[in-house]
Amino acid sequence: MSSTDSVITIADPYRLGHRGPNLARGHGGGGPATIRVIVGYGFWLFLLSDIVIFACLFATYAVLAPNTSGGPGARQIFDLDRVAWETACLLASSFCCGLATIAVARRNQILTQAALLVTGLLGLAFILLEVSEFTALYRQGDGPTRSAFLTGFFTLVGCHGMHVTAGLLWLGTMMAQFFAKGFRPDIGRRFLCFSMFWHFLDVVWVAIFSLVYLVGTRL
Amino acid sequence: MTTDKRDHLEYEGDDKGGASDEHSAHLVTYVLGLALAAFLTVASFWVAKTHLIYDPGIPMALATLAVAQMGIHLVFFLHLTTAPDNTNNVLALAFGLLIVGLVIFGSVWIMAHLNHNMMPMSQLMQMQR
Repeated sequence: MSSTDSVITIADPYRLGHRGPNLARGHGGGGPATIRVIVGYGFWLFLLSDIVIFACLFATYAVLAPNTSGGPGARQIFDLDRVAWETACLLASSFCCGLATIAVARRNQILTQAALLVTGLLGLAFILLEVSEFTALYRQGDGPTRSAFLTGFFTLVGCHGMHVTAGLLWLGTMMAQFFAKGFRPDIGRRFLCFSMFWHFLDVVWVAIFSLVYLVGTRL
Repeated sequence: MTTDKRDHLEYEGDDKGGASDEHSAHLVTYVLGLALAAFLTVASFWVAKTHLIYDPGIPMALATLAVAQMGIHLVFFLHLTTAPDNTNNVLALAFGLLIVGLVIFGSVWIMAHLNHNMMPMSQLMQMQR
């Protein structure tokens, strides 16, 4: 017994991340990892594979962006005010999702539903802004078929918009499940996955608004 | 049944907030994350509009701000930490970043050189005659 203790002490002298005398779970000493940690890890792997898809779309856009084929370039069609509003909506939505996480941890039904509702409405505002941008471009004749640049742009930004739309459907499902089934552990894990997905979409949007919109208007 | 029981206890652990919660859901964390992310967003838009910065340096400045903000999101919103229950997530993220770097920089590098080394279109047309 004492020999095991000494081995562990040497391996981790400062007991980083360990709370109190217990060893961390999932590292041999403290028993298996909790289901919540395992579910979170699995969903994290999915998000990373989604990041790889987005990386391919970013690479495609970066290669195609100079090929405007006589059509409009980034400077002519990007409206930075609208992009700023979209960014604000999505950031605030991500923050509200964090508030919902706190409300779920406290098992407060009213706060949870309210925070999720605001999260969803801000996400919806983002989608509506993006749809208005896309329809305006399409009406001007600058649809995805106009040039390679616009094909890459619509594919990349549209793919992110599709993710947000799917996220909104998921959010509605989570609200209904919290309402109908209460704060069961399995529902809590589903919500953990949803919150990761929603924050992840904001991370992708940071890359889009910086590298597509802002860099595009200054090149 | 045992699984459910353990799971339930674990979920109760969340309830206490504070020290027992491994997925620290604290208001302070989110407010700090929001403040930092908002600051970096405003900085990005300012950089894109200003004429104070040397023009060719602007894309690199924007990329740096973007990477910083993504880091803020990962730490404050997605709760990526160095705790033992997070080591696997960090390793997976490192591998994901490797793939992302290979795909993006590899594509841009290869396509730029291909473009550079290609014969001009006029010469290509002459060869076909």
